[in-house]
Amino acid sequence: MPSASAGGPGEHRTSVIGLVPRSWLNALGIPPWVWSPLSVSLHAAFEATIVVALVGSALGFLLAKGRFPGRDAIETVCSLPMALPPTVVGWYLLTQMGGPGPIRNAELRLFGHPLTFTFNGIVVAQIIESFPYCLRFSRAAIAGVDPRFEQAARAMGLSRWRTALLVTVPLARRGLVAGVAMAFGRALGDFGATMIVAGSVPLATTMPIALYEAVFYGSHEQAMVLALVQLALAFAILFGVSGLGKVRPW
Amino acid sequence: MTPALELAVARQIGEFELDVAFTVESGVSVLFGPSGAGKSLTLALIAGLMRPDAGTIAINGHVVTDCSRGTYVTTQKRRIGMVFQDGLLLPHRSALDNVALAVRQASGRRARRALARAWLERVGAEGFADRRPGSLSGGQRQRVALARGLAGDPALVLLDEPLSALDSAVRRELRSLIRGVIVSSGVPAVLVTHDPEEAEELGDVIIAYNHGRVTGRRVVERPECPAPPPGGPESTGPV
Amino acid sequence: MKREHKTAQRLDNRQKAAVISVVVLVGFALGFAAAHLLAGYIAYWDIVSGPFLLSLRVTFAAAIIAGTTGIASGYVLAKGRFPGRDLLETVGSLPIILPPTVLGYYLLEVLSAGTRPGGFLTRVTGHVFVYNASGCTIAAAVAAYPFCMRAARTAIEGVDPLLEQAARAMGLPNWRVALQVTLPLARRGIAAGLTIGSARALGEYGATLMVGGDINGKTRTLSLAVLDSFTTPERDTILLILVLMAIIAMTGVGLLGRSRA
Repeated sequence: MPSASAGGPGEHRTSVIGLVPRSWLNALGIPPWVWSPLSVSLHAAFEATIVVALVGSALGFLLAKGRFPGRDAIETVCSLPMALPPTVVGWYLLTQMGGPGPIRNAELRLFGHPLTFTFNGIVVAQIIESFPYCLRFSRAAIAGVDPRFEQAARAMGLSRWRTALLVTVPLARRGLVAGVAMAFGRALGDFGATMIVAGSVPLATTMPIALYEAVFYGSHEQAMVLALVQLALAFAILFGVSGLGKVRPW
Repeated sequence: MTPALELAVARQIGEFELDVAFTVESGVSVLFGPSGAGKSLTLALIAGLMRPDAGTIAINGHVVTDCSRGTYVTTQKRRIGMVFQDGLLLPHRSALDNVALAVRQASGRRARRALARAWLERVGAEGFADRRPGSLSGGQRQRVALARGLAGDPALVLLDEPLSALDSAVRRELRSLIRGVIVSSGVPAVLVTHDPEEAEELGDVIIAYNHGRVTGRRVVERPECPAPPPGGPESTGPV
Repeated sequence: MKREHKTAQRLDNRQKAAVISVVVLVGFALGFAAAHLLAGYIAYWDIVSGPFLLSLRVTFAAAIIAGTTGIASGYVLAKGRFPGRDLLETVGSLPIILPPTVLGYYLLEVLSAGTRPGGFLTRVTGHVFVYNASGCTIAAAVAAYPFCMRAARTAIEGVDPLLEQAARAMGLPNWRVALQVTLPLARRGIAAGLTIGSARALGEYGATLMVGGDINGKTRTLSLAVLDSFTTPERDTILLILVLMAIIAMTGVGLLGRSRA
């Protein structure tokens, strides 16, 4: 049950919420102007979070444990999206992915078509915006593990690999999960960057953009519902994260 | 007979200077002295968790640290066992799993767990082998920590104030256990403590520490029978 | 086993190096921007100055609002022992992942004239809070608030309680203990929170767009101005300023977070 957004030439894969047949949604009274952006948002955030979780946690681990120069510089650079207006991020993405340059060449080679105004472009924008959250949470979580546990593991003869996998990561798991959850929430909630990269094609937008349009075009009831759904989602995610305990990356 | 440990090292941290040399032939050697004298630092150097500024360390005849030659064997390659003051058992694994993790000499999950269980029996911890450290008392945890320190068939076991975090009743109870298990296992041990009673009860040799220097060495008279031949559960236990 | 301590000396050198490099970078960039701006393109400055000065005002005011409320609530959350404490922090942290348009929507609802609280405020103060700089400020402050609050809470919780007890034993009343002992000891973390909060306020887009309305000259902040129908040099200047600010902010946060004696 693809939504109208293009994943590029070719079909947009069935989204997460596409597991539920359209007839059910209509029967439940959930109108398309809710489940369509919700579906796009969830799907994009899901894909973005998978990438961010893998790369962000790994990099966070390296930054926490590594002893190489430029450690903090890497974290600063990767954290820039947190301090940059999303319009800046979106703008650079648009010009780099849309206009001539090395990034466009790369994406043409990888995807066969530019990612601007496509679903995958949305995913890229969300990856960039949510990456710093996962990175910082992961680094804080790994760095927060009492080093004496690792000393004990080394004294037992465990190699660095096994120490990391069997001792460090399990001890840091709460913070790591919190980082992924925050990244997911941030990806779901992205507005500025997504809007610039993907435009606002009706029925192919994310929730935040859909809300903006509802307000812009004066559909008050739609706005109210969309806002409420997103508020509930954000609250649920934050609530879950707080339940995981205290990890503070800033 | 090759001494279990030959050590001559110097290390400076800020204002503090450590400069010590001693040999451990066999049995339990106690590093005894006030806090801040450098005893724990010495253990860290023996374990390879820190590097000395100068000197050499040899365990069982193998040189593991030699500053003049640049030799340095990483901690995980040194055949040592360690028992920490707060146990440092992995909180997300059962006691049995914690000990099994340390077993290097057997392969196969079943063999490792069997060996671990045998060691837990030796320290009187088989009753709570399947419980997590969080649900154990301090004394129970240190029993498991002791088992973990010995289960890996180490050439040398290092104990850093293993009883200091426990209350005095438990401490007395565990003292004889520690001495008994270590002596019967035949593994040479270096134990750090600031408690004079503990030093007398546990040590064959007491090495006195103060301000980063060895200030004395004394052999403890023990009128009891000589130690049984070395061998842990792995020589007679199930495989 | 104690971890190896970095000597105080090594930290100072590293800190010095980092500060020097940041200063050099900033100096370069500011010089570049200044040269760009002053290179005869007066029209440039006219176009850029509007959003630039507006952003300056808005961010400054928002930082003050978010900073004071953030430190205050961070203190209460750190010291207080009341049910629902964590719930309060969760609610206060919402703006971190709440979509900016949702934030903007609710702010618009609350602040608009009419039967809502905003209407009440307008009637009382005679001041409108939407579609002008005040609205932008409020939106930016709300966006920055959670960063200030969480950082303040963490920093205050990290202060050694023994020092506060000693101060009390000396006879200092609670408010003096807070102002002269707790907060100064927590200043590093608080400063980091303020820095990242300000960066967030400067970069606020979605909520500012909805509450402010992107009115040229009145509510078009720097982050909104990026999308204007500028010609390239103006846009580049704006982008440069924003990227510079972001680099300074994150470097500052990094410095404040890392160097621990």
